[in-house]
Amino acid sequence: MTPSSNPKMAVAEPPVVPPPTADRQLRLQRAWKEPTGFFGWFTKVHHTSIGTRFLVTAFIFFVLGGLLAMLMRLQLARPENRFLGPDKYNQFFTMHGSTMIFLFAVPLMFQGLGIYLVPLIVGTRNIAFPRLAAFSYYIYLFGCVFFWVGLLLNTGADRGWFAYVTLSGPDFSPGKRVDFWAQMITFTETSALATAVCLAATILKHRAPGMSLNRMPMILWEKLVLSFMVIFAMPAVMLSSSMLLLDRTVGTQFFNPAEGGDVLLYQHLFWFFGHPDVYIIFLPGTAIITTLVTCFTRRHIFGYLALVVSTISIGFIGFGVWVHHMFATGLPQMGESFFTAATLMIVIPTAVQFFCWIATIWEGRLQFKFPMWWVAGFFFVFMIGGLSGLMLASVPVDTQVHDTFFVVAHFHYVLIGGAVFPMFGALYFWIPKMMGRMMNEKLGYWNFWLFFIGFNMTFFTMHFLGLRGMTRRVYTYLPEMNWGWLNFVATIGAFLMGAGVLVFIINFFWSRVHGRIAGTDPWKAGSLEWAVPSPPPHYNFAELPTVNGREALWDAEPNQPIVTGVRDDIREVLITDSLDGDPDSKMDSPEPSAWPFWAAIAITGLFVGSVFSAKSVEYTSIPVIITLIGWYWPKWRETQQRKATEVWSD
Amino acid sequence: MKLSRAAAYATLLLLAGCQSNHSMLWSSASKQASDIEWLYWFIFWICLVVFVLVIAFFAGGLAKSNVDEEEMAPILESNEPGDRRAKVGVSIALGITVVTLFVVLALSIVTGKTTEGLTSKNPITIEVTGHQWWWELRYPNPQADLTVLSANEIHIPVGKPIVVLTASRDVIHSFWAPNIDGKRDLLPGYQSAFTFQIDKPGIYHGQCAEFCGEQHAHMGFEIVAQTMDEFQHWLNQQRKPAVEPQDAKLVHGRDVFLTHACVLCHTIRGTDAGSKVGPDLTHMGSRRLLAATAISNAPGSLAGWITDPQRIKPGVRMPANPLAPADLDALVTYLRSLQ
Repeated sequence: MTPSSNPKMAVAEPPVVPPPTADRQLRLQRAWKEPTGFFGWFTKVHHTSIGTRFLVTAFIFFVLGGLLAMLMRLQLARPENRFLGPDKYNQFFTMHGSTMIFLFAVPLMFQGLGIYLVPLIVGTRNIAFPRLAAFSYYIYLFGCVFFWVGLLLNTGADRGWFAYVTLSGPDFSPGKRVDFWAQMITFTETSALATAVCLAATILKHRAPGMSLNRMPMILWEKLVLSFMVIFAMPAVMLSSSMLLLDRTVGTQFFNPAEGGDVLLYQHLFWFFGHPDVYIIFLPGTAIITTLVTCFTRRHIFGYLALVVSTISIGFIGFGVWVHHMFATGLPQMGESFFTAATLMIVIPTAVQFFCWIATIWEGRLQFKFPMWWVAGFFFVFMIGGLSGLMLASVPVDTQVHDTFFVVAHFHYVLIGGAVFPMFGALYFWIPKMMGRMMNEKLGYWNFWLFFIGFNMTFFTMHFLGLRGMTRRVYTYLPEMNWGWLNFVATIGAFLMGAGVLVFIINFFWSRVHGRIAGTDPWKAGSLEWAVPSPPPHYNFAELPTVNGREALWDAEPNQPIVTGVRDDIREVLITDSLDGDPDSKMDSPEPSAWPFWAAIAITGLFVGSVFSAKSVEYTSIPVIITLIGWYWPKWRETQQRKATEVWSD
Repeated sequence: MKLSRAAAYATLLLLAGCQSNHSMLWSSASKQASDIEWLYWFIFWICLVVFVLVIAFFAGGLAKSNVDEEEMAPILESNEPGDRRAKVGVSIALGITVVTLFVVLALSIVTGKTTEGLTSKNPITIEVTGHQWWWELRYPNPQADLTVLSANEIHIPVGKPIVVLTASRDVIHSFWAPNIDGKRDLLPGYQSAFTFQIDKPGIYHGQCAEFCGEQHAHMGFEIVAQTMDEFQHWLNQQRKPAVEPQDAKLVHGRDVFLTHACVLCHTIRGTDAGSKVGPDLTHMGSRRLLAATAISNAPGSLAGWITDPQRIKPGVRMPANPLAPADLDALVTYLRSLQ
């Protein structure tokens, strides 16, 4: 880790672009070789390996969460159904919500896509802090396993993904179910925070020369804003869930009204995270839409500056709307009006994005390739979700529809519209890059139409159910309410959605073997990830690129310069200036290591132990300290070697 | 007397017919609910227009610019007039958006003021306390023995403001009758009040809206809105302690109640049963529904409920009471006689 100002390193002038020699590629391959085999699996640090792991794991939990939803829909298909019963149903809806938010949406849209794509799009060889990124995956994985093993042991969380006190407190939730939920939060948020640091550092310091801030593709802006949102939002929920855990395990009274604790404090802390989290899930979707619209309209996005400002302002305003989840608690009217205004204000940057996309389509030359179907689906679905959000922003209307199926419909339109539709678009768009083969189009259409029709059958009907007074989180309802047939339609829709996802999985495995070879740039897109082979080698770029415009490949000169002077025989990356992307220094990128894995194991021991006994923290912190010392042990040999090769100008 | 009350109930049931779907639309029974409904429809039409316009422009863009080519086309040159056109379009759309948002904000605040600002002199006060999973009701009176305790069936007079004082003894519940007003959370550690007024006599269904555990789904209540006379009559009736049974079967039923687990949780004023854990049963025979509106107050369902409540509402606090058939029959007859 020795930054050096090497005078020999400079951006070469055209036309000196020698094609990468076989010799050079061999050296790069050797330097960036990722270990293989069973033991190698635990030491990988390249961002493509970690990103793929995140994507696959999060998708598996998307499927598991979806299966729970289908079981819940079966239970609700007719009145007074006895298929699940309240105990199982409460576990399932809690596990469904928590899984989709904490184990699927954020890990896939922010961490998976971010870790895989950001280093490629900024044009570097690996993510900043690759071992931290590897650690963030392990801790996420262990959190997932811990949470779901809980369900299999009949310790599945059953107090909702929000776990409001006092229902989740020690008096009304004996047993370990809520503790498992609270500690799962700690796992996943530790992971998200680690990823946020990696991505922010990569975007700010690893960009290719020439990629000044005003030339960053929208997806980088979005990941940067998101990283900061994660850093500010996640601690709030870690705090509330840890305070809940303390109330439950060591007898603190933060939330016990009988001892002067406050039940509303929990809600404020939770939603201070909870609402920004909606934007953490939705902003990646908007960046994906921008990327797809740009690529398939064959022109630069209209209103780049407006989109950047919108993304940043959503990042800020997103922190000022949380109280609209609490309108029914009877807060003072003045305060409620403020949060109505803030909630309506956030419509403006969102609307700007929609208008810019439509303008780009009007002024562009659209080629409606099949990832674009998901963009169209996004427009239709997210518009409905956004507009029903307008109704919910109004305090009087909200007090009526709050906690009914109307809200369930609303946030599924927002989250599935804003995250899952773009996610499928993104997967069809980028899987060719990751896998080297194109996805099957015909299966892609089946995937889209089954999912789209099923989605609307399930969730559009829920608007009516909510307006007819059906409250949320009920395991059954009385036949006199006449909600039966609407619920039945919703259940059929859920199974159509399930079929759509199944088609995607089939498509994925079919395309792995039979898909058309993708080549480097199947969509002739503009950003730097399309300059490397598919799938990318572990050094990413044989020649580190420079950038001349917002769409690096479209705006490249015929003889676009490359970076010279970065060593190819060791893991070395270029560090650039945060604002202008001027070359700044060079840095070693860490070698593969098993320490992140051991550290994650040790911290998992600490987290799991603290669920069962507060005392265990004393013993389980010892392995944590040992593994962290191992991880940070200074590497004298590498430092000496590097010192010997450096040339200083004076 | 009995007959006139039965007739009154029958009228109520007829009137309540249209509210059976307990929808927040088309069936409001109070000014608040109809104000909110008006605001809902106003925003709804705005949303519909916005949706149609945006989707039309999106679809128009698709139709205008779509080219069907296998190969990806080259990149378009930058087009100054096109971008200027787009800038004008986006600016106009944004201007309309901002104006619309201000209209929604203003109307929402005005409606909020009118729905929350309902006050009047000498209202009827009712204390509603949420329990897992039933509603405790108290009609307070300065004279302690005139205070009425009841559960799950809220009688109110029409045309008079009702102040509801809310509290919770265990977890968060939320009081919601869609035909009447928006919901209000019952927070442990907080006491709050809200006011509503019903103008149409009828029976209105309500439901707990905040997830409160296993039987959240079956935590309903009913609001019986009646004329002032009927209400006063009901209130006077409820103030009386239970009638001392004369009939041998009723006496047997009361003894079953007093010698079994029932007495550990329930009160029947006028007897030795005085525990406050469960609902007050002094006049339970007068209620239309049982178990927080989960079942009807018929002999069969009452007997089923007493024998095995866990089958009807799994997780409910009331334990199973295996009774001999004769005891059960007497108990049911006694409880139903508590008018």
